[in-house]
Amino acid sequence: MSTVDRSVPTAGVHSPLPVGVLLAAAFLIVLLVGMGFPRLVTPFDPLVSDVAATLQPPNAQHWLGTDRIGRDVLSRVVYGARYSLLIGLASMIVSLAIGLAVGLFAGLSNRFADEAASRVFDVLSAFPPTLLSLLIVTSLGQGIVNIAIAVGIAGIPKFGRVLRSQALVVRRADYVTHAVSFGLSRTRIFLRHVLPNVLVAVPVIATIDIGSAIIAVSGLSFLGLGPQPPTPEWGVMLAEGRDVLRVAWWPSVFPGLAITVTVLSFAVIGRFLQRKFEVRA
Amino acid sequence: MRELRRKIATRLLTGLLVLWLAATVAFIAIHALPGRIEDVLAGDLSYPGLREAIAAQWGLNHSLQWQYGQFLLRLAHGDLGTSFVMQQPVLDVLRSQLAPTMQLAVSAGVLALGLAIVVATVTAGSESRWSGRIASFVEITFTSTPVFWLGMLLLVAFSFELRLFPVSGANGWRALVLPAVTLALPTTGVLSQVMRESIEAALSKPFVTTIRARGVSELVLRARHVLRHALLPVVTLGGWLIGSLLGGAVITEKMFGRPGIGSVTLTAVTSQDVPVVLAVVLLAAFVHVVMSTLLDIAYLFIDPRLRSQ
Repeated sequence: MSTVDRSVPTAGVHSPLPVGVLLAAAFLIVLLVGMGFPRLVTPFDPLVSDVAATLQPPNAQHWLGTDRIGRDVLSRVVYGARYSLLIGLASMIVSLAIGLAVGLFAGLSNRFADEAASRVFDVLSAFPPTLLSLLIVTSLGQGIVNIAIAVGIAGIPKFGRVLRSQALVVRRADYVTHAVSFGLSRTRIFLRHVLPNVLVAVPVIATIDIGSAIIAVSGLSFLGLGPQPPTPEWGVMLAEGRDVLRVAWWPSVFPGLAITVTVLSFAVIGRFLQRKFEVRA
Repeated sequence: MRELRRKIATRLLTGLLVLWLAATVAFIAIHALPGRIEDVLAGDLSYPGLREAIAAQWGLNHSLQWQYGQFLLRLAHGDLGTSFVMQQPVLDVLRSQLAPTMQLAVSAGVLALGLAIVVATVTAGSESRWSGRIASFVEITFTSTPVFWLGMLLLVAFSFELRLFPVSGANGWRALVLPAVTLALPTTGVLSQVMRESIEAALSKPFVTTIRARGVSELVLRARHVLRHALLPVVTLGGWLIGSLLGGAVITEKMFGRPGIGSVTLTAVTSQDVPVVLAVVLLAAFVHVVMSTLLDIAYLFIDPRLRSQ
């Protein structure tokens, strides 16, 4: 394997945070504040349309312009963060919960169980994630909860594989051998030594992967399978904006920019955490 | 040579196993759904004789084991069932739509690979310099960009403003450019990151020092000697690449109003045409498994070190 890794040793606790990470964190903090207190950012209601002001380009009153029926794009983007982020988070929790359970089981039990679990991951990842989600949505039906489940199930193998290999590493670690040699009970070793060290990886993997969950969820919404108009969800807004793209770019460019910058911020922070905590993903 | 043959046989068997499991998962999924199978497969449709036709095709009055056996047997014969919405065999529906999707996926795949190779070869090992930082930032930005938004940006710029390419449709190569670029760029970002890492790993090997000592130029060194090593790990991404191209094709086709498997799938999803969606998903899994099996075997031939392990 690549033994020469120039990045790890310098990423010590006291080294200053890279500018990119700071910017990303700042953006996410602003986004979270906007999600919690949207009135701080915008005075407009995301659902109320102003027929006297349709398709206005960005201006002093409507910073990001208005959409086809005169709703303020900025306030729709801000309120939309609630939907897009929360659905993304929900789907990630689905993948994480199942991936963690199966990954731990695979990494910690005997070789046969490990093989079986690995084949399960192989099978799930043989289906392209988008198509698998589409199949699940077809059978469960459309809607917010179902797209979260669909994207969550498609994400299981990714989490499961990483957590399995993390469990394998921890299992063979010296401190576990040590604990065994002290005659500690299996339960105690699992709860006090193995589990915490596997769980360290979770926030890192979660930060790296929540972005792809957000993209997948907004993709299904864009296709019209998730939240329905007039919900201010980013994917829905993009689908609505697409219809007026020829005459107005702002109703679709800004929600898309919101998705991209959000996902980018999570990716930058995730990569930073990954290097810092030396988690393989 | 015997070792090699054994490895190939194992890999083929694993591939078959995964295919069989995938089909089984699909079978279980249909049976695990709430409601009777006739209702699940019929979706919102209802016309006289429909439920009887489904019951006959799936053998619903037989035992579950028999149904499962029939299901596998039909798949093995390439029978993917009937679309009850379109009232024709799924395979015929898909076959007629295969060409535009293949055009899109293959051109996007080639574009993504080509771009990633060039970018990664030129910028590897320069993370401390601006070129490396910029490339790295651009890559991570593209991987964070949803295809449907990228498609819109390209439409605004190249179709509405510059009028270089048509807005939608699938006539001629001009109509293919924007969808292929849209589908390729996010994939390029991922591929290029992986390639850069493996090129950087290869650059730190002793053989590179030897070649450099011979006075070979940096570009020749990278293109002729390092790239080969660096491409090996990328081969393992082949399966992922196919999956992401096929999945992305659904959204890209919708975005650009192109005909193809993606459009068919999407229509099937909204009209709850389960047999069609199921067939597309199983076919994609089939392509994925076959390709990654072949790639893994090719890997054994390309890299002699793997044969003896």
